[in-house]
Amino acid sequence: MADFSTVEVETDLLILGGGMAACGAAVEAAHWAKKNGLKVVMVDKAAVDRSGAVAMGLSAINQYVGLRDGQNTVKDYVDYVRNDLMGITREDLVANIARHVDSTVHLFEKWGLPIWKDEKGAYVHEGRWQLMINGESYKVIVAEAAKNALGAENIFERVFVVGPIMEDGRCAGAVGFSVRENKFYVFKARATLVAMGGAVHVFKPRSSGEGQGRAWYPPWNAGASAYFTIKAGAEMTCQEVRFIPVRFKDAYGPVGAWFLLFKSRATNALGEDYMATRKPELDNWAPYGHVKPVPANLRNYLMILDVMQGKGPISMRTEEAIQKIVSAAGDPKEVKKKLKEVESEAWEDFLDMTISQAILWAATNTAPEEKPSEIAAAEPYFIGSHSGASGAWVSGPEDLAPPEYFWGYENMATVKGLFCAGDASGASSHKFSSGSHAEGRIAAKSAIRYLMKEKPPKPNVNGAKIEGLKAEIYAPLENFAKHVGATTQPDVNPNYILPNMFMMRLQKLMDEYAGGVTSQFTTSGPLLNRALELLAFLKEDSAKLGAADLHELMRCWENIHRMHQAETHVRSMLFREETRWPGYYFRSDRPKMDQQNWRVFVNCRLDPTSGKWEMTKRPIIPIFAKA
Amino acid sequence: MPSFVLPDKCDGCKALDKTACQYICPNDLMVLNKEKMKAYNQEPEMCWECYNCVKICPTQAMDVRGYADFVPMGASVVPLRSTDNIMWTVKFRNGTLKRFKFPTRTTPEGKAEPAGGFATDPSLDGPVLFTEPNSLGLPAVWTKK
Repeated sequence: MADFSTVEVETDLLILGGGMAACGAAVEAAHWAKKNGLKVVMVDKAAVDRSGAVAMGLSAINQYVGLRDGQNTVKDYVDYVRNDLMGITREDLVANIARHVDSTVHLFEKWGLPIWKDEKGAYVHEGRWQLMINGESYKVIVAEAAKNALGAENIFERVFVVGPIMEDGRCAGAVGFSVRENKFYVFKARATLVAMGGAVHVFKPRSSGEGQGRAWYPPWNAGASAYFTIKAGAEMTCQEVRFIPVRFKDAYGPVGAWFLLFKSRATNALGEDYMATRKPELDNWAPYGHVKPVPANLRNYLMILDVMQGKGPISMRTEEAIQKIVSAAGDPKEVKKKLKEVESEAWEDFLDMTISQAILWAATNTAPEEKPSEIAAAEPYFIGSHSGASGAWVSGPEDLAPPEYFWGYENMATVKGLFCAGDASGASSHKFSSGSHAEGRIAAKSAIRYLMKEKPPKPNVNGAKIEGLKAEIYAPLENFAKHVGATTQPDVNPNYILPNMFMMRLQKLMDEYAGGVTSQFTTSGPLLNRALELLAFLKEDSAKLGAADLHELMRCWENIHRMHQAETHVRSMLFREETRWPGYYFRSDRPKMDQQNWRVFVNCRLDPTSGKWEMTKRPIIPIFAKA
Repeated sequence: MPSFVLPDKCDGCKALDKTACQYICPNDLMVLNKEKMKAYNQEPEMCWECYNCVKICPTQAMDVRGYADFVPMGASVVPLRSTDNIMWTVKFRNGTLKRFKFPTRTTPEGKAEPAGGFATDPSLDGPVLFTEPNSLGLPAVWTKK
């Protein structure tokens, strides 16, 4: 095996990740660090210009509250999020993001992001909270501000962060490796901010070949945040709250513009609108079934009921929506002009953020003004920034959080010196790209305040500990090199398992036992217990992962990260003895919502010394009185 | 194969320290074959078709072929990205051609100024972030009374 040099980097604040939350953290931290003489370092597994969930671009900003113009209040946003999550949300965290997010959006505009304006100069809304943008370069622009704030010398790209360094119960930094050079990285930090995204490919995707890469959320988000916080011994929350987006089938093009901007309907093969025909089902999920808009998971559920009855395919009625829009335009010349405008808007929606959907429409000769397009529920994802909620359990802000939710520094996990934002922090859904950036800023300012007030000591990580971590991290390379000669074909070897097959083993068991696509997202106590038995074997076999090169080594660790996300998910679904989000997962042995016993958070923690999981209920404490 | 490289056009970025596609791919998929001086996608089944390699390639040597397990053949979507706009050419399987042009940014490249002209000097205590309350367009940051 090659020699790997060890590079030690010392910093006051370490920002892990390079996506929207991390870039928000970088901009904010740079300001406060300069004022207080502190050093900030950022580490990204890819290139910051095009990393994270917004790497391709986006066609809309999904969180803008509009406080400046009195369009909505902070409470309005909290009400929306609470209802969409079936009552399970941290109001203090959601309110904190909502009061800052507009500031972040106004900064985006100043940095150069084109936001659509109407003839009066006001932002064009896609829906109540959503703004339309020309977002091809969204991430490039946001990254540019972060880089300009932090300075290139403080940014490490192509360094894959594996896990935390712990010292005296505090997080003392992170270890990882370059995916391009034979370099092992040790980041010693007095405070660490985790923003490494959610998790994709924990469940088997619908596609079976090349199309596996066409996950809705990007395949490079592999659970690094969850692994990092779990391994640090942090309390985790909402690990059962997965998200399953409904998108255009197979290529996963966005449906938001169609539903909200173009006011399209979705119907089944019989032309029935399941939101109308299955409306009585919503009574079973009251009070949330009766709010407007209907929670995303319930909309999914009504559609899935149609699919299970064989009433598919389900179609987005693009032809009907376009017809309605253009017929309102008046004379034939205006109709033609309007048609061209809508066509351009519809294609930009795909070209900005899901180019594959444009290819699929072109490859199937789809003219949206002539025929409808199929939509479907995708596969489960872990994305606390969208309509999922999984992440670490973090402190709320001093002026908003009840005492039970406050331990000194907003967005600090239950481990000292460990801050979380974006998909890394839980129970604060619907922050999307803009809210994640705002939350990164909130967490960064809080981390700097922690450094100034608590004055945590410089980490004093000893050499033996570092050598131990290094050996563990490079073990798959060692394993492969040692045994590759034992067979005539390196893919099949009794001594090791390659990361791709390891991932498929994880996906198959999650799909079949933990409510994946195959079972239409249905699981049960006995199925989940079986999943845990199979996960235990997989965990043992993770010590036998093999990697031929640094790229495969990254894949090995990504899959160990995914496996931890899988285990917390299964344990949390097992603990919550009810069905609360039926369109995300359905527990067939507990088919009803139980407000009496389960209107609570399900939290869990892996004890780093005993290796045992602790499951707990935490109360839901509102900050706004009921209307 | 999702993204692919045209051998006649790829020059391996003339042996600079790394090729443009390798630099940008968010999933570490692009590799340079140093003998042939041509790049390739080492793991097409993990490609998101984000087109970042296509957009950045200095010799327009990269293209995308739709995922073979669900996309019929014969279509193409080709971007031409400049400093402030992007032009797309969409070719249908049946030969229909569509062209779209969209703006991408309103400021010169490299000029995103972190404070965005909203520079303020709030206290490290309390909830007011850098650039606030000016960047909110409000006299103060909201708090619960």
